[in-house]
Amino acid sequence: MKAVIVGCGRVGAGLADELDRAGWQVLIIDRVSSAFDRLPSSFGGTALRGDGTDEDTLRRAGAAGADLFLALTEGDNRNIMAAQLGIEALGAKWTMAKCNDPVRAEAYAHLGIATVCRTNLMTTAILDHLGQATPAHSGIYAPTSHHAHTATVAASALGAGATASGAAGVGSAGGTTPTEA
Amino acid sequence: MFVLVVGGGKVGYYLTKELIESGHEVALMEKDRGRAEQIRDEIGSVVIAQDGCEGKYLREAGANRADIVTAVTGDDEDNLVICQMAKHHFDVPRTIARVNNPKNEALFRHLGVDEIISPTRMILGSIEQDIPVHELLHLAALGVGELEIIEAHLQPGSPAIGKVALDLSVPKGCSLFGVIRAGVPTPLRMDTILAEGDKVIAIGRPDCEAQLRDQLIGEYTEA
Repeated sequence: MKAVIVGCGRVGAGLADELDRAGWQVLIIDRVSSAFDRLPSSFGGTALRGDGTDEDTLRRAGAAGADLFLALTEGDNRNIMAAQLGIEALGAKWTMAKCNDPVRAEAYAHLGIATVCRTNLMTTAILDHLGQATPAHSGIYAPTSHHAHTATVAASALGAGATASGAAGVGSAGGTTPTEA
Repeated sequence: MFVLVVGGGKVGYYLTKELIESGHEVALMEKDRGRAEQIRDEIGSVVIAQDGCEGKYLREAGANRADIVTAVTGDDEDNLVICQMAKHHFDVPRTIARVNNPKNEALFRHLGVDEIISPTRMILGSIEQDIPVHELLHLAALGVGELEIIEAHLQPGSPAIGKVALDLSVPKGCSLFGVIRAGVPTPLRMDTILAEGDKVIAIGRPDCEAQLRDQLIGEYTEA
């Protein structure tokens, strides 16, 4: 099983380590090489410095055809763009984008991208801990539709081997990544 | 028409000014407060100092009644998300995105952005017109761009091969004046027959170029 993780923050590095130890083939990408200091020395996957929203970079890094594609940088929009690249151009089977703006998190779930919203995750967790009523949404947004193929350009125009598939299911993510600037 | 512009850089600033002058209703969103203040001083209260990527602020700025949302920030991922949010969340009829990485054009189009403007692509297009991929090389400009010296390298398939140079119907305002054959420059004589590999040197007005290319290079083919 192949996993691509964009963004080597605490969550990205932690998941990379967990998946690596669980026997996945892991590729983790970050724009800053010092971010890889977060990976344990036992990490057996590939760590690559580069822009996870650049299709060429992702393709050269061997990100095509991943079973799992997680976009976990500190930028909501970068995550959303990377996840859509993952689905539409790189044929990822399963993708999830971190999106700390609840409005965007929900909107993209409607467009077929699974999202995880730290704002809601933490709000819910803290209210829950205090014994208060929790909001309707826990912070994990499963896609409510297939990822939209809204335009006329065929998926094949986006690159070789593009197989569009809607993201399905959710994983879990949380914790403390840096907030979006 | 109500146009929502997101991104208060140079493009967003001039765009907003022009739209106001044309009598449109405009709102400009710029997340950098300092920059937003600076523009507000000049063009007034249409400037909103908020992040146009955030759903809440898009709504407050009136995205749900906008006729056009145009995303002109310097970051492609922001422009994509602004347009997708506008289109799918606020039902904006027309979205226009600036794209910096020309490779993102296909993705943006695929993901439903209505119009994509790529300054990089445009400039690249202009430059490529001047690169001798089609074997017509600009050697120098004479005067103030009125005349140029052009070299045509005769490749196999050139319609000029085997013809007497002076019989070619060169366009008006253009003159062939020499040929370089095997590295040796020679003036054209009455009986010079052009051969493959010749480099024909011409002087002419820029508008003669297309016709000259037809005569010396032939059909447009990808190099």
